[in-house]
Amino acid sequence: MNKLLLATALTAAAGAATAQEGSGDPIRIGVILGFTGPIESITPNMGNAADLAISEINEAGGILEGRMLEAVRADSTCIDAAAATAAAERLVTSDGVAGIMGADCSGVTGAILANVAVPNGVAMVSPSATSPALSSAEDNDLFFRTAPSDARQGQVLADILQSRDIGQVAVTYTNNDYGKGLADSFTASFEEAGGTVTLSAPHEDGKADYSAEIGALSSAGGEALVVLGYSDQGGRGMIQSAYDTGAFDTFMMGDGMFSNELITELSNALDGSFGAVPWSEGEGTDAFAAQAEEAGFDPATSYTRESYDGVALLALAMQAAGSTDPNEYKASMMDVANAPGEEILPGQLGRAMEILAEGGDVDYVGGTNVELVGSGEAAGTYREYDIQDGEFVTVEIH
Amino acid sequence: MDFINGLITFLNFVAVPATAYGAQLALGALGVTLVYGILRFSNFAHGDTMAFGTMATILATWGLQSLGVSLGPLPTALLALPAGILATVLLVLATDRIVYRFYRRQRVVPVILVIVSMGVMFVYNGLTRFIIGPDDRSFDDGTRFLMSAGDFRRWTGLEEGLAIRSSQAITLVTAIVVVAVLFWFLNRTRTGKSMRAFSDNEDLALLSGISPERVVAITWIIVAALATVAGVLYGLDKSFMPFTYFQLLLPIFAAAIVGGLGSPLGAIAGGFIIAYSEVMITYAWKKVLGYWLPESLAPSNLVQLLSTDYKFAVSFAILVIVLLFRPTGLFRGKSV
Repeated sequence: MNKLLLATALTAAAGAATAQEGSGDPIRIGVILGFTGPIESITPNMGNAADLAISEINEAGGILEGRMLEAVRADSTCIDAAAATAAAERLVTSDGVAGIMGADCSGVTGAILANVAVPNGVAMVSPSATSPALSSAEDNDLFFRTAPSDARQGQVLADILQSRDIGQVAVTYTNNDYGKGLADSFTASFEEAGGTVTLSAPHEDGKADYSAEIGALSSAGGEALVVLGYSDQGGRGMIQSAYDTGAFDTFMMGDGMFSNELITELSNALDGSFGAVPWSEGEGTDAFAAQAEEAGFDPATSYTRESYDGVALLALAMQAAGSTDPNEYKASMMDVANAPGEEILPGQLGRAMEILAEGGDVDYVGGTNVELVGSGEAAGTYREYDIQDGEFVTVEIH
Repeated sequence: MDFINGLITFLNFVAVPATAYGAQLALGALGVTLVYGILRFSNFAHGDTMAFGTMATILATWGLQSLGVSLGPLPTALLALPAGILATVLLVLATDRIVYRFYRRQRVVPVILVIVSMGVMFVYNGLTRFIIGPDDRSFDDGTRFLMSAGDFRRWTGLEEGLAIRSSQAITLVTAIVVVAVLFWFLNRTRTGKSMRAFSDNEDLALLSGISPERVVAITWIIVAALATVAGVLYGLDKSFMPFTYFQLLLPIFAAAIVGGLGSPLGAIAGGFIIAYSEVMITYAWKKVLGYWLPESLAPSNLVQLLSTDYKFAVSFAILVIVLLFRPTGLFRGKSV
């Protein structure tokens, strides 16, 4: 009996010792992005941007009195909810992350939120999941995003059509959570404003031939075709096929279609078309671009700024709440992101940590002019562009 | 005028794409049917043989392009085609030597060969992805249009446009030439006749001094050539992605079975039947009917029988109907 007690006491002591040591351990942040899968071309730079924020904070002395941050990467695959859930589960249970930056695509983000983040009480900040459905997801206030919801984009797209006096359009969207959500929010906004959607039809990505889909859309008719897909997948195929058969001359494109390769490849088809893409301008964007170029990656690829901001917000909230427990710091997310307080640009994270340590207040501007609204998602600004002679020309910022 | 507008719409969205697609399926189905007729098994590796041939042709095309060779308005891939066919012939002959010959000597039942061909399919599948990757590749570098929709509208003053892409015209012309040569070969040459004799009755053919190994080798060579041509035409017309070639297996088999397995003529008819059904059943007829019917009868909904997502379901449905009511296919091939 005595031996047993002794053993228990020893184990407890050892446990306490590890716990004490633990406070000096790095705080781990999970970075779960689709490093393989449909958006594997943009995720490396998103990961780089997350690393950039972490190394910036570490160089300035870390958070919570000198604790360092450490990124742990995992693969969300973008499309395979089971694989993404398993990867996130590993981040939480085996790596013990204090927060998650991710995931990227809306479908897997919803799956991770419901199956891993909420049950385990871990906060997550998605840099790129834009599905409107995530706004109303059951999240215990643990879910944030630095990308605006597509409910807003649908509204912006509808406004653009109104301003161009186009009252009748056909819509095609990529057949997944993102495409469906965006198409629904666009249709709702557009019809509310008095427009008519002749047909809203999905297309599958990765097919060789889209002439049948275009046939149906052309039969339904419309002054323009609204393409809410991916620029290197079905969206491109739909535009190519519509142009080949002469079914539509004007295209309006959602954010997934913004790509330089697309307009060089289809310059004839796209002349005179237009679209919208989440955009950010100003000091914060410039500061981020300078930093990214110094770190050796391209800041202009999609969602790099949002990724940087996601990690920065997590770290700032932990510092403000003085804790790495998501249930304690989740309430600070909105405080650090929004006014009042001193404005913080990329490159000033160290300064922000000092202010917060002294009990001050910060207003994180970051690379995307972060302003969290509603249930913790970015308000977002959009750039309306025209395509003229194979170039994107800005019309206005919404 | 309304009637002509409707007709042009029909041609533009149904007839032209379905004819090109039908020609591609027919070439694929001919390969399947030859293997079935002479080697007596359903070759599941056919789609991936097409993918391999197309890949070899694309690599040769890139080589030619880097040397600055081009065919002007025609795609360079046509020039690279012989190289692609050669690579595919070597691949299938090697496969036959290493894999199929063993089973042939064992005189195994056809179903075992079918399973073996599935194994071969996975190997080809991996091989193609290993060499060129799983990505989408477009290798058509010729003039894109024989006639574009805008030009057609300007010339005729009609409201509707008719577009014919060069790749669609090339597909049809090549398919006709290839089929003509094949039929001449099978019906007129000594070797072709020996192949048909072998297909009709193996033992009798052996007794009349026909060498089975030679017939088998020639069959494989023809099948490889057909698969490469079909694959390259499909890739030129649409785009090359290994996965879509794998998916093509279903409509190709449907075409071969509907026409009657083992019957070359049936394969061609089957290819067009499947292509036209797929396109016509998933097409939204609103516009065409709007032109053709009097205003009071013009439809207000899309008149689309099936959503385009169910394209492959059409092939399946036709397959099932034919197998139920006429198991030997329309042209009395072999029963499956």
